[in-house]
Amino acid sequence: MGINIAFWVLAVLAATGALAVVSARSLFRTALGLVLCFLSIAGLFFTLSADFLGIVQVLIYVGAIAVLLIMAIMLTRDVEKGNLPSTLKIPALVSGLAFAGLSVWVMLNTSWQVSSEAPTTPTASTLGNLLFDQGGLVLGVEIAAMLLLAALIGAISAAREK
Amino acid sequence: MSTAFLLPATIAPDWPGNFWWHLLIMTVLLIAVLMISVIMFIWLERRVIARFQARVGPNRAGPFGLLQSFADVIKILTKEDIIPALADKPLFWIAPAMAFVPVLMILAVIPLSDGLQLADINVGVVYISAVSAITAIGIFMSGMSSNNKYSLIGAMREIAQLISFEIPMLLALAGLVMASSSMSISGVIGAQTIPFALTQPLAFVVFVIALLAEINRTPFDLVEADSELTAGFNTEYSGMKFAVLYLTEYSEAVVGSILISTFFLGGWRGPFLPGIIWLVIKMLASFFVILWIRSTIPRFRIDQSMKLAWKTLLPLAMFNLFIMAVKTVFAPGLTNWVAVPVYLAITAVIIIYWARFMRPGRQSVGI
Amino acid sequence: MTAGLNNYLVLSAVLFSIGLYGALSRKNAVVVLMCVEIMLNAANLSLVAFSRFVTPVALSGQTVAIFSITAAAAEVAVGLAVVIALYRQRGTVDVNDINLLKW
Repeated sequence: MGINIAFWVLAVLAATGALAVVSARSLFRTALGLVLCFLSIAGLFFTLSADFLGIVQVLIYVGAIAVLLIMAIMLTRDVEKGNLPSTLKIPALVSGLAFAGLSVWVMLNTSWQVSSEAPTTPTASTLGNLLFDQGGLVLGVEIAAMLLLAALIGAISAAREK
Repeated sequence: MSTAFLLPATIAPDWPGNFWWHLLIMTVLLIAVLMISVIMFIWLERRVIARFQARVGPNRAGPFGLLQSFADVIKILTKEDIIPALADKPLFWIAPAMAFVPVLMILAVIPLSDGLQLADINVGVVYISAVSAITAIGIFMSGMSSNNKYSLIGAMREIAQLISFEIPMLLALAGLVMASSSMSISGVIGAQTIPFALTQPLAFVVFVIALLAEINRTPFDLVEADSELTAGFNTEYSGMKFAVLYLTEYSEAVVGSILISTFFLGGWRGPFLPGIIWLVIKMLASFFVILWIRSTIPRFRIDQSMKLAWKTLLPLAMFNLFIMAVKTVFAPGLTNWVAVPVYLAITAVIIIYWARFMRPGRQSVGI
Repeated sequence: MTAGLNNYLVLSAVLFSIGLYGALSRKNAVVVLMCVEIMLNAANLSLVAFSRFVTPVALSGQTVAIFSITAAAAEVAVGLAVVIALYRQRGTVDVNDINLLKW
């Protein structure tokens, strides 16, 4: 029961945050709408009993990505222009609605094999075993590490003053 | 049951009314502890700083001036509540709460004594780092919604400091997690038969410096640097909203000293005395060191602060992680007192060598 | 109404579409990046929902979500670096003005 109320409240908050990102006039409000959206999605992860991912969502998305985006808004100083729509507003709206309709139609018409087992909690140790154990996804972790290193070097070399 | 991960398995069942009483009582207790500590810390800061500067400090209201903070609160609350005409009003209202609530949320996972803890979540270390970032968003909101240049510069510095110092702090904590093979706070305390300040002195140094920057204490208080930014992010605030921002600032100091004592000084552990007394002693000692640093070191410029984070603290935290990884793989049992001098020596060598790269005052980067 | 798999999937589709609309229709490159982040988040949400309702014990969906979060962090770092480099070169972050693949 509590879970259902939490889902509906968080769903409305997430959608509000996302709508604020695409419709708010002020760029700062856009960024704060993004933070609201990320926090609600973290809450939705908790309702899905994904406790570790919920906390990681707050740490990475709110603590790093939203903060980096706010930093970029301040550094690029286009704040006074605001969050303007481009000339492609109508086609974008049409394609967004078309995608929403299509994917919702597909989702509702697929019979998912919903399992009735109780979910694993807490998830951190299970995820750790899945990622780092023998027969796990260690190669994926290594590739992700290389990706992050490459992104770090790439970001520094792209943004450096020449 | 989705709230299952919140429950300390050892405490909840034998409380009447399931765990709700536990949550309620612990919440009230934590808020009370925080409020009392904040009032004491404000008094302590003013008195101790006064001693450092060979003054007397507030000594009129009550014995030793103990009631000075109450007098200040009454004065602040009777001030007129001003909202700037061009401020972003809803955000201006929410911002103080947004800054204060995460500080309380951090307290929820900290054991005040053995088992005296609101929630022993199994990823407590990650939780603390995640939640502490939200405070910075609240401070950013307060600075940016005021529609004031000084506030905006303060907010921008807050964001810059957050992204710079969060990384060394997390890496320092990763060393602790590696050594205690647990991410829960009670696990980290349980692993400290020797406090981590001695077995991981490098992480200790990095953590304390990064924490000073995260809670905006003096060598890093660029966010509200009085001499350049009038009052930084809270320039436009007055009345109750200013009181909440002020409370946030000191709550951060309280929680910061609790974090130092919990992660590196053994938390509530200690001989003879009950756990909570040990925690208070360690808290006061950490806060005294913070005050000592405040009255000794002048404020950094923003470029020096960034340089310190990226060029000094980040490599030092990496070194610590590397040392801990080597130790965990090759000598997992090496945590006795004999190894402590070795750790201290390694730390001293690395810091002295690395300090040659950090010479403040050479070139500047504007922000 | 009980929140089941379909509720989460529809919410994820709605968030993705809002992000898609924003990414296609906004002028400011930073806002476009924000909308891309919303789309990635919507994908993560459906991954975690599948993990909860289809494989609740094995948690394979959450593992993929971790990699997706890593990729998102790398993407936003490089994306913002490019935006800032463009701002230095052209003095604007309007995606309508950044229409030549040369400098």
